[in-house]
Amino acid sequence: MSDSQATKHTALHAIHLSRDAKMVPFAGYDMPVQYPMGVLKEHQHCRAAAGLFDVSHMGQVILHGGDAAAALETMVPGDILGLEPGQMRYTQFTNDNGGILDDLMVTCGDGHVMVVVNAACKDADIARMKETIGGRCEVEYLADKPLVALQGPKAADVLGALDPDCRTMAFMSGRAATIDGADCFVTRSGYTGEDGYEISIPESDAVRIVEQLLDHADVEPIGLGARDSLRLESGLCLYGHDIDETTTPIEAGLLWSIGKRRREDGGFPGDATIQKQIADGVTRRRVGLLPDGRAPAREGTEVQDTAGNAIGTITSGGFGPTFGGPVAMGYVAIDHAKAETPVNLMVRGKPQPAKVAKMPFVPQNYYRG
Amino acid sequence: MSDLKFSKEHEWVKMDGDVATIGVTEYAQEQLGDVVFVELPGVGNTVSQGDESGVIESVKAASDVYAPLDGEVVEVNGKLEDEPGLVNSDPQGDGWFMKLKLSDKSQLDGLMDEAAYKDFVDSVS
Repeated sequence: MSDSQATKHTALHAIHLSRDAKMVPFAGYDMPVQYPMGVLKEHQHCRAAAGLFDVSHMGQVILHGGDAAAALETMVPGDILGLEPGQMRYTQFTNDNGGILDDLMVTCGDGHVMVVVNAACKDADIARMKETIGGRCEVEYLADKPLVALQGPKAADVLGALDPDCRTMAFMSGRAATIDGADCFVTRSGYTGEDGYEISIPESDAVRIVEQLLDHADVEPIGLGARDSLRLESGLCLYGHDIDETTTPIEAGLLWSIGKRRREDGGFPGDATIQKQIADGVTRRRVGLLPDGRAPAREGTEVQDTAGNAIGTITSGGFGPTFGGPVAMGYVAIDHAKAETPVNLMVRGKPQPAKVAKMPFVPQNYYRG
Repeated sequence: MSDLKFSKEHEWVKMDGDVATIGVTEYAQEQLGDVVFVELPGVGNTVSQGDESGVIESVKAASDVYAPLDGEVVEVNGKLEDEPGLVNSDPQGDGWFMKLKLSDKSQLDGLMDEAAYKDFVDSVS
């Protein structure tokens, strides 16, 4: 964002200010990075009870028309045609080299497809969708429509009190729901590793419903700081850091998000590269990294083998409040990608012993019925 | 608290004879956020004013701790290795960072007193 551009506000901006959030510019929006509780306690509260996140800066887009799923498949490697109405899936927009332009959630509707894309990429994503598949489906951007995530083990109790049917929704499913009289769209999803929901709310109802959720004794507002540590502990990629145009879904360890039919048939940008990587393997891979000591290793830290040769770079790193120590992820050469491989992390010029580790760093608590 | 001196790097200094106890201020800990790791200098190290003499890592970022004065490190607060959060909960008490035996006490005159530091914080925040 250039400095001359005015920072945008979400519909919930006044709520953040009234709760004394520390606000920072993020992807063109003035967003809460933390509330007075602080990042560490917000993180722990979300894992122990429930946290509410304003994610209205993300891009909600509806692709209208019966051909929307097939059209979207020309832009992503995920199996979109295989989704039944109400089912949801994680996938990526790829470029012709198989690099990742953005990652996104796709929910199949009845005669339409809904996608949620990253805030920093949304303008480019929307333009690309209009240009590439605008002739096959209508691309409708729900500009700045309020979207909140309610995450944590108490999320189902909290939202279930307002709409009992939310309690038994399957993980990675979405449905229209009436919340306190408002026509919302609820998905059982999120990006914390916890059970929870994302709730798309009409602007006229958003402040009332969010205040109502925050009034619940188990719910605290959570800022971007804890959102980052929660997703890192859960081994989830952050676009622009762990994945970008130079990394493919295979290198990023996201093969699981590419269905069998798509692996075989291709039909998405960069399919030849990605199919070749599936068949022949990759030269580097995203892995978890656990420092032996207490010092966090941050993004950009060089990873070396025990002989001192550079073998990779950390793409996200910090302290895992629930894990109780430093955690990181990054790319390493494939011959060092196996769990338990000893490596050194060059923190402030000094080698810090670490191990390649399986992710997530803390167990995921998704709802499995 | 009137015997405390303060640096522009948001450290406090408390004198006892030739030995200065040094830590970060309340304002600094608020800016840092939750502290999760502290790298202390080695006892016996000689430091000069302005040297990086340690690191405080919060959930957000790593921040250098600068020596506010010349001297020799005679003691460090080993408690911070297990309880880095003391920097947040008691920055001007149990969260102290290191003790320096000063080589030039006249450098203290270059630091701020509490009132001047308060004005300085108001001017930067």
